[in-house]
Amino acid sequence: MKGSQTLEKTSCYHCGDDCTTQNYILEDKHFCCQGCKSVYQLLSASQLCNYYNYNDHPGATRARTDRRFEYLSEPSIVNKLIDYTDEQVTMVTFYIPHIHCSSCLWLLEKLNRINPAIHYCRVDFLKKQLNIRFSHQQISLRQLVELLYDIGYEPLISLQDVIKKQNATGKDQLVQKIAVAGFCFGNVMLLSFPEYFGISLYEQSFKQFFGWLNVLFGLPVVFYSGREYFVSAWQSLLRKSLNIDFPLALGVAVLFLRTVFEVFTHTGAGFADTLCGLVFFLLVGKFVQKKTYHHISFERDYRSFFPVAVNTMAEGDEKPVPLSDLHTGHRIRIRNNEIIPADAILLKGQALIDFSFVTGEALPVSKTLGEIIYAGGRQTGEAIELEVVKPVSQSYLTQLWNNEAFTRKQDNRIQTFNQKVSKYFTVALLLIAIGSLLFWLPSDISRGIAAFTAVLIVACPCALALSTPFTMSAALSIFDRNLFYLKNTAVVEQLAAIDTIVMDKTGTITTGNNQCIQLNAQLNDNEKALVYNICMHSSHPLSRMICRYLGNHEWAPVTGLAEIAGKGIVGLVKGCHVRIGSEQHVGSYNNTPSAGTKVHISIDGNYKGYFTLAQQYREGLKNISALEKEYEMFLLSGDQDHERFELVRFFKDSGRLFFNQSPQDKLDFINRIQQHGNKVMMIGDGLNDAGALKQSDLGIAVTDNVNNFSPGSDAIMDGRSFAKLPGFLKFSKDTVRIIHASFVISLTYNLIGLSYAVTGKLSPLFAAILMPVSTVTIISFTSLATHFAARKRKLS
Amino acid sequence: MSIIYFLIACSVLLALVFLTAFFWAQRTGQNEDLYTPSVRILLDDTDDADPEK
Repeated sequence: MKGSQTLEKTSCYHCGDDCTTQNYILEDKHFCCQGCKSVYQLLSASQLCNYYNYNDHPGATRARTDRRFEYLSEPSIVNKLIDYTDEQVTMVTFYIPHIHCSSCLWLLEKLNRINPAIHYCRVDFLKKQLNIRFSHQQISLRQLVELLYDIGYEPLISLQDVIKKQNATGKDQLVQKIAVAGFCFGNVMLLSFPEYFGISLYEQSFKQFFGWLNVLFGLPVVFYSGREYFVSAWQSLLRKSLNIDFPLALGVAVLFLRTVFEVFTHTGAGFADTLCGLVFFLLVGKFVQKKTYHHISFERDYRSFFPVAVNTMAEGDEKPVPLSDLHTGHRIRIRNNEIIPADAILLKGQALIDFSFVTGEALPVSKTLGEIIYAGGRQTGEAIELEVVKPVSQSYLTQLWNNEAFTRKQDNRIQTFNQKVSKYFTVALLLIAIGSLLFWLPSDISRGIAAFTAVLIVACPCALALSTPFTMSAALSIFDRNLFYLKNTAVVEQLAAIDTIVMDKTGTITTGNNQCIQLNAQLNDNEKALVYNICMHSSHPLSRMICRYLGNHEWAPVTGLAEIAGKGIVGLVKGCHVRIGSEQHVGSYNNTPSAGTKVHISIDGNYKGYFTLAQQYREGLKNISALEKEYEMFLLSGDQDHERFELVRFFKDSGRLFFNQSPQDKLDFINRIQQHGNKVMMIGDGLNDAGALKQSDLGIAVTDNVNNFSPGSDAIMDGRSFAKLPGFLKFSKDTVRIIHASFVISLTYNLIGLSYAVTGKLSPLFAAILMPVSTVTIISFTSLATHFAARKRKLS
Repeated sequence: MSIIYFLIACSVLLALVFLTAFFWAQRTGQNEDLYTPSVRILLDDTDDADPEK
């Protein structure tokens, strides 16, 4: 009882964070900061407080208050962002990462209450997208984005949004094709029943009628729904290789031609039902295979990391310029927390660049005037001015992205089982078909042709084509449930084939949360507030961790703030002189036994104590190092090697740990071990691993929030599932085994069918039963076996 | 038995109507977002003067 009361008192009504001061109270409601309070005021002024009824604390914390939407006033940028515009209305779609609950949905669809110029809002919850129609004469795009920002829903606008729109391609009509095939399949089945059960002699005219109708229904199935199979088969012929689509297309063509022939010549009923069923099941298999997670984007590159525009300085004025128009010689201004988009020379200001996303090194780097700063760094501290020396497309970072590893297509990756088998399958099928034709030809021409077509019909690898997609999609949904998201179904097979694991260190096997902070000092609340205020002004990761640890305190002005790179911070708060940082910086030499990183504090010259920050490894790193027996394991880190000693216990020997690796080094390392014939899996997190992730046979991006930016990869893994990696690897091998087993089953069916087909006496009824039965067996076998395997690996 | 010609024509026509309905639903984007409407329907319509659209 008592616990819930204190909780009520201390958590912010809007965002649920702890309220550390009593300063922000409105109508008995506590808020953690001015930002949260003003969002509440804004909502209550528009009578939108129902927002708080659907969920507890649905808001996002508004502790930060920097505004940088100036570039949205630039017409050239606006035009690229919007979907549609005319004299009256403009339509735009935003990606809003914060959408997480039904309150968000409710509020965002009620935006017109806050501003009547907004006509219409629709949220796509899973995609976290907001579609807005508004009158641009009354509210500009910039004001709209600022309004969204004010209520706590900042849209993520990146360079990729601008480019994605331009390459948007037409959707394929798979669902429509399935609908047509299913429609025809149902009708043809009905019309074929009388034929199966026999039609009396005086009802022969019906037989003709049904036959003609069946041919009619077959037409859209072959030429609309099944068209892609012919295209794909033709392309594979042009490339002089045989893919699985070739025997499928052959089967469809033979089925159709033989049906037409039999109906025309009144010699039989044809195989229209088998034809429609085949195409229908194949398309369903294709649909299943295409299963993707639209709440996760895999196609990320530097463009989703970079902003849309950057502020340039021209004749003393600041002007936002789209990144594509940024040229050599432009003077740009970068504020706190903004990303440097192109290689540039520092002209003015104190640069303290956080390259953690590029190099993995956690400590911000200080740069002197005249030094070149590479693109991708994030300025922490005051605004700086730079002169661009290389256009965005040629900067260090983009060059890394544009390395040939990126432009390389999937073809030299591991060939899937299906691709390997279908080659031999097709050849064998053609040999049997031609063999039976030649066998019957001397004695009975029509029987020879009948046998030839029957072989192609019966052996059509429908079940084979279905086994992989159904097994894979079942596996994919199991991985999904375990917070491991694969880009597509082929990745499961790649996962099963790897024999070498390479890991990045920072952010991948270590976590950056505050669980490992310990305070070894007696600080009263006032002193904590002093430390908090000093640390608030530093973007150093350690300062950020300390701020998070201390919780929110009242804001106080800081004067004389100085951050000495690699040492610590010093400043004057509320008249107290506070020093935070290394032992030498703070001036204590009490030589306490060392374990982990320490941050010392002194207030007004009195030594107070220190924070201990132990490097926290991800849970389950032990499990993963146990993989050593089956896999070759390496560690590649961009950091210095001060943790070598601690890390070596996870690896076989210290020769497998590599430190001070640049992104290019990582890529080259992967390439080198691939030359030795190893199938490499790279696990990384930052942009610095992006090259290696792409170069490897299978790249996994580890992230603590799957909706955050992570580099382009084959799979995205939530940090919480890191410990399950050995299970994932074993399960992927099970999956491949299941595919092999289902292949054997499908072959058995084919052999039974073939033994009838080579004699040339294939009845339509037999084909019509064999095809669906084999399909159903395969689908049920694969789904059951996959779920059984998942339970065995403790993944379900 | 000639009535069968008429009956089959009727059934095919009916099926075609359903197929067209499906195509229409697909084209107007009704199958694009299969989750949000299920949440939206649970939210109360408390508003007095809500100028929808």
